[in-house]
Amino acid sequence: MTETLVPARSVPAGSRGERFTSYDVDAFEVPGGREEEWRFTPMRRLHGLHDGSATLDGAAEITVTSGPDAAGVTVETVGRDDARIGDGGVPSDRVAAQAWSRFETATVVTLDGTPAPVTIALAGPGAGNTSVAHLHLRTKPHAEAVVVLDHSGSGTLASNTEVVLAPGSRLTLLVVEDWADDAVHVGAQHVSVGQDATFRAVAVTLGGDLVRVSPTVTFAAPGGDAELAGLAFADAGQHFEQRLLVDHAQPNCRSNVVYKNALQGRDAHTVWIGDVLIRAAAEGTQSFELNRNLLLTERSRADSVPNLEIETGEIAGAGHASATGRFDDEQLFYLQSRGISESQARRLVVRGFFGEILNKITVPELRDRLETAIEAELAAIGS
Amino acid sequence: MATLEIKDLHVAVQDMQDADATKEILRGVDLTVRAGETHAIMGPNGSGKSTLAYAIAGHPKYTVTSGAILLDGENVLEMTVDERARAGLFLAMQYPVEVPGVSTSNFLRSAATAVRGEAPKLRTWVKEVKQAMSDLDIDAAFAERSVNEGFSGGEKKRHEVLQLSLLKPKIAILDETDSGLDVDALRVVSDGINSYRADGDVGVLLITHYTRILRHITPDHVHVFAGGRIVASGGAELADELEEHGYVRFAGVTT
Repeated sequence: MTETLVPARSVPAGSRGERFTSYDVDAFEVPGGREEEWRFTPMRRLHGLHDGSATLDGAAEITVTSGPDAAGVTVETVGRDDARIGDGGVPSDRVAAQAWSRFETATVVTLDGTPAPVTIALAGPGAGNTSVAHLHLRTKPHAEAVVVLDHSGSGTLASNTEVVLAPGSRLTLLVVEDWADDAVHVGAQHVSVGQDATFRAVAVTLGGDLVRVSPTVTFAAPGGDAELAGLAFADAGQHFEQRLLVDHAQPNCRSNVVYKNALQGRDAHTVWIGDVLIRAAAEGTQSFELNRNLLLTERSRADSVPNLEIETGEIAGAGHASATGRFDDEQLFYLQSRGISESQARRLVVRGFFGEILNKITVPELRDRLETAIEAELAAIGS
Repeated sequence: MATLEIKDLHVAVQDMQDADATKEILRGVDLTVRAGETHAIMGPNGSGKSTLAYAIAGHPKYTVTSGAILLDGENVLEMTVDERARAGLFLAMQYPVEVPGVSTSNFLRSAATAVRGEAPKLRTWVKEVKQAMSDLDIDAAFAERSVNEGFSGGEKKRHEVLQLSLLKPKIAILDETDSGLDVDALRVVSDGINSYRADGDVGVLLITHYTRILRHITPDHVHVFAGGRIVASGGAELADELEEHGYVRFAGVTT
């Protein structure tokens, strides 16, 4: 018997411009966990979402609530063959493709004019169950809308959310991932920003065993503007992963990414991947991405990988920044030496840290609710 | 009338070279500071002056191995850091800590609320802060900046004295508040301290390496610190002697 020594397969990051995409789950190899796009994710906790071993034995419940005046909001449940499905983008990892290959109906929400804020509640399939879900949001030209996408409940979910912005429209998408302790959610967002359209996203991740969300923003035409903000508060044992790609292939578009994570407790883990690609055609691009992580206790871990690829020199500006810091004993001592208690000091620092992100949440009731939830997280370790 | 009593205080710090070992820095400090008095503690670098300040404030790095600290008879050593501040102790630090993300105005109000036991009324509070800032030549824009972040050395010291005037402690410990200040800033900061002294019955412990701040703030007592204890005490005239002859008589060094 001859043994051939095969060098361990190293997985270079590669250009994000050449990443593989497909609607078909079988077009992707089963990831082992060493691949660049999976290396931070605890694969064993995915409950088989990535390797086909998961049985889809549950159903996620999607409830759309529009304001008192539902004018301008159309909600449809459509089959896989609906022509609009796929307008947002194409899956680029196996779990997203798995969800795409298996969904039976999709919820399509169309926003026209200036509707009151719409809430889409997405509840997991329940403890021990697994399901996939497909959401499709789209704006009509020059619409101005706010959508709250509120994830909660138990179970394992793989989902795709398409967001298609028509020319001149403006969409604020507020995404809450406030799952029960057992929940696993692997979500892909496919955002297509039309000509002169404005996309504002705020993603808040507070609960779940493993939450991995991969938003990809593409520009369908020049003049688009996308801002993606996010915060995550990871407790002991929680794995929260955010993998963003902003793909500039059109001239004169703007993007800004700012994500902040706080961690407390043993084995709290956050991962932030911020990829920005400025292709040769994307002249006049302005782009910035920033990630800040605040470790409130020892034995927690924040990974941060900003990645900026620029294929043209004719840009307005591009940059990235990443920093991870500890709430350290000296800061605590200083605040305490002014009479402020330890728990109050922690609250001050975390509130200050998250304030910039929370202020972007334009729905006051939601902002209040999230602020309260963050206070409760802090109180858990509190004093 | 507040009284801070320090009795035979011994303080150790963890040895940087050897985690299991500790190094004794204070070796029996006795000092009583009463409201209305200003004590200057002078001494060469490394004599333990700052350790005394931090030990009184309760910094976790320092361990009191024996002795006592009492504020109006209450055992300070049993109090947490924030309890000490609420009991009326204040430490103006030599190196104030930057706290990114927390605005100065929010910090000042939180501290005043904690120390006073209730939130100050918003209208009078805003006025009070504005006045205090203007007295110390602090630009109003500082209120919106993160605590100490990006402040120059002089700005940090003014910010410490601003807190002194707002938190109104019974006993104020000023750790090298004069270091790193130019002549003008030294005058502004000294005026701030003097006006707080004049306003109320505060006991001041002024820790300094140089005599120049003592030309602005006249001490009632001067103590020379060397080798972790007070080796000589006198009136203001002792500072003049130190000015002339240095610490060599006390510590065998000239710096």
